[in-house]
Amino acid sequence: MVNSRTARTGLRRFAAVGLTTAVAVSMAACAESQRGEQGGKVGGTLTFAAAGHPKLFDPFYASDGETFRVARQIFEGLTGFKPGTAKVEPALAERWDHSNDGKTWTFHLKNGVKFHDGTDFDADAVCKNFERWYNQTGAGTNAAVSQYWVDNFGGFADGAKPSLYKSCTVKDTHTAVVELTASTSKFPDLLGMAPFSMQSPTAMETYDANNVQVRGDSFEYPAYGHEHPTGTGPFKFSRYDKANNIIELVRFDDYHGEKTKLDKLVFKVIPDETARKQELQSGAIDGYDLPNPSDWAALEQAGFQVIKREPFNIFYLGITQKNNEKLRDLKVRKALYHALNREQLVKSQLPAGAKVATQFIPESVSGYEPNVEKYDYDPNKAKQLLAEAGASDLTVNFFWPSEVTRPYMPNPRDIFGALRTDLEAVGVKVNAVTKPWNGGYLEDIDQGQADLFLLGWTGDMDTPDNFIGTFFADPSNRFYTTVAPWGEELSAELRRADSEPDENKREQMYKELNKKIMSDYLPGLPISHSAPALVVTKDVRGLVPSPLTSEEFGPVSKG
Amino acid sequence: MLRYTVRRLLQLLGVVLVLSMLLFGWLRLLPGGPVSALLGERATEESRRQLTAQLGLDQPIFVQYGKFLGRALSGDFGSSTGVQPGDAALEVFLQRFPATLELSFFAIVLAVLFGIPLGYLAARRRGTWLDNLGVVGSLVGVAVPVFFLAFLLKYVFAVELGWLPASGRQTGGIDATRVTGFFVLDGLLTREWDAAWDALQHLVLPAMALATIPFAVVFRITRAAVLDVLDEDYVRTAESKGLTTPVIRRRHVLRNAMLPVVTTIGLQTGALLAGAVLTEKVFAFPGLGEALAIGFERRDYPVLQLLIIVAAMVYVLVNLVVDLSYAVIDPRVRVR
Repeated sequence: MVNSRTARTGLRRFAAVGLTTAVAVSMAACAESQRGEQGGKVGGTLTFAAAGHPKLFDPFYASDGETFRVARQIFEGLTGFKPGTAKVEPALAERWDHSNDGKTWTFHLKNGVKFHDGTDFDADAVCKNFERWYNQTGAGTNAAVSQYWVDNFGGFADGAKPSLYKSCTVKDTHTAVVELTASTSKFPDLLGMAPFSMQSPTAMETYDANNVQVRGDSFEYPAYGHEHPTGTGPFKFSRYDKANNIIELVRFDDYHGEKTKLDKLVFKVIPDETARKQELQSGAIDGYDLPNPSDWAALEQAGFQVIKREPFNIFYLGITQKNNEKLRDLKVRKALYHALNREQLVKSQLPAGAKVATQFIPESVSGYEPNVEKYDYDPNKAKQLLAEAGASDLTVNFFWPSEVTRPYMPNPRDIFGALRTDLEAVGVKVNAVTKPWNGGYLEDIDQGQADLFLLGWTGDMDTPDNFIGTFFADPSNRFYTTVAPWGEELSAELRRADSEPDENKREQMYKELNKKIMSDYLPGLPISHSAPALVVTKDVRGLVPSPLTSEEFGPVSKG
Repeated sequence: MLRYTVRRLLQLLGVVLVLSMLLFGWLRLLPGGPVSALLGERATEESRRQLTAQLGLDQPIFVQYGKFLGRALSGDFGSSTGVQPGDAALEVFLQRFPATLELSFFAIVLAVLFGIPLGYLAARRRGTWLDNLGVVGSLVGVAVPVFFLAFLLKYVFAVELGWLPASGRQTGGIDATRVTGFFVLDGLLTREWDAAWDALQHLVLPAMALATIPFAVVFRITRAAVLDVLDEDYVRTAESKGLTTPVIRRRHVLRNAMLPVVTTIGLQTGALLAGAVLTEKVFAFPGLGEALAIGFERRDYPVLQLLIIVAAMVYVLVNLVVDLSYAVIDPRVRVR
């Protein structure tokens, strides 16, 4: 006999099972697979780990390396960089010529190039890109949004600040003429940088690419930059699976150059460096950027390829002349330089391939001067110079950053420790101040709160202006050279050299300037040029390391 | 009851308001801030000034707070500057919430699946090697830091043995259809079995790491509760009535012992977010925990503001539900 309680329980169970089944079936009915026939295939996919999420995929509005890494595979510029070097070479422009005054540039474009959406790449597209950059309005004109334009071209069409750009004219389908307001050493190299990549005018118009808005404490970018980036490169954008930290690009079959062998190129965001290493070791990814130099040997022993780049950066000990009057004395700055054992620092703290710097630009950049004044490690001379300057009791606030590693500065804590020891050995009293990189360090440096600070720069292109111009061309810089009697003069000299159209004459001017900077001004103390590396599995072929850290995955294959 | 609930909800509103005020002020007192986060190392004094003015950060803090509150009420918490730069903070939360929920669910399932039976067995065989092993194991579970265990599990099972994936939620090459944001469920619903299996594999190690503390607590509470119940008069009565052991265990021992265990499971579920911060970071699991960790590292104030406010709301709401449930479960509890 079945009692009523058991019957009720049975009925409830039956109802529950029935209801669950009905819900599951109805959900499954509304949730059809959206896969194509190729779903789930992984063959021909190269997975490279990224350290962070890209800001967006429209490189014009970006300044972060993670955006540029993806953008370089989707987009191309009028000019490019010869693989493995920082030397400019033709890209979407087959060749170019310029007027004697360096203000008029004629670009002869490659034939038969199409954007990923089928739009023709021609002179009209080139001018639409230039006009787009120049005609930014509202939030688009902010340096936080269009940083590379502001840094390199200056102002916009609103005329609030002078602009390097004047106009772009379509001469014929495959010839575009760009007029500048002044000659600059950065042209045409800067057109090879990711922010100045050519983007499809059709896609930009369709997806409202310029509609940047202020949103709370930040900016909101339009759908174009998040979902529809459209260039001419060997890969086209497929999807950005934010829930899974995956950016997927696929081969562009109508690419105008040699088509890539890979079916897919996947960037997987893994913010933690140890996690990236373990993913590589477990075989889940094929490579990642900037492995910790202390892991290089172990990774190589484990059969991975550690690919070192040519050093194209500068690490320096910055000096702020704003608050500490003793630092305005050249003898004191020279004394500090003699106190530093840079040879030892490079050997003990920096990865293999790093070099001692003698000036603010690497050896491969035009304008490098081998005969600048040298400052050997000489603690006695340092003490003597300090005494002569009446600064034997020198006290400095020495800032160093925490929570960061940079290609030129792999371990700030240890580097700071070594430099501090050197300075204290000659009697300098060091007040150590540490702040998180994103938590006030850069802000304090910019506000002149440090007397000494650690910082550096990775070059964007092979022009001396990209190094010393960036540091000192604006007299209100991080070194506060504006308080020095020569601050304005240095700025003016840098601007003159940058606008000299004759290449040979310009190179000579920069050589002279480098001499002067290192002997007469010494606004900061160049320490080293480091060689950052990439690591990939042994079956990755064709990856050419770029000194600009701008590797292209088009020619890469697996196996 | 209704008045009580309304009063508690109004209190919740007050708590959130005060918290948002404190949070807003505190984040702005921290060095760095959105201007540094947006401009990075290429910043100049001029660009800082321009951006500060454009974002309205030069206005008095109460004006800024008023604007923030106005925007927040319409669901606009600003855009991320570090976790997922450029994305709306709310979008970051909504994208990552299913990941943390899925991970927490699997962790709590693991803790319950192993904690209750083992706790019960340990109590039934008190003083045996099984009991001692269980007690020591649960002590270790509580004592070993989650991040250490996570590293250990990852190193052994992912790096050395290669049995399970080392990080993430799903293998990059898998072209999975998204429906709910819960990857395993999505794979089942869309019958993309390989995607579901792959997502499940990705959950195993982080869920194991995250489950250790809840497992240890559930084990110990179950063991203690069962021991208490075994000494009760009604168990002896049931035995003297001649009921079979399985019936006594199921109807009398386990059922009565489950009351404190269920309460504990509820509390442990609420506490999982703290463990998720470390676990998700180690396994690069893109959930709220990872967002919090990266948010602090990169000073992503819009995301931090939203996540901390939501976490506080969840905490207060869970407390409210627990209080209300007491009144429902136990008629002796009266609410005024």
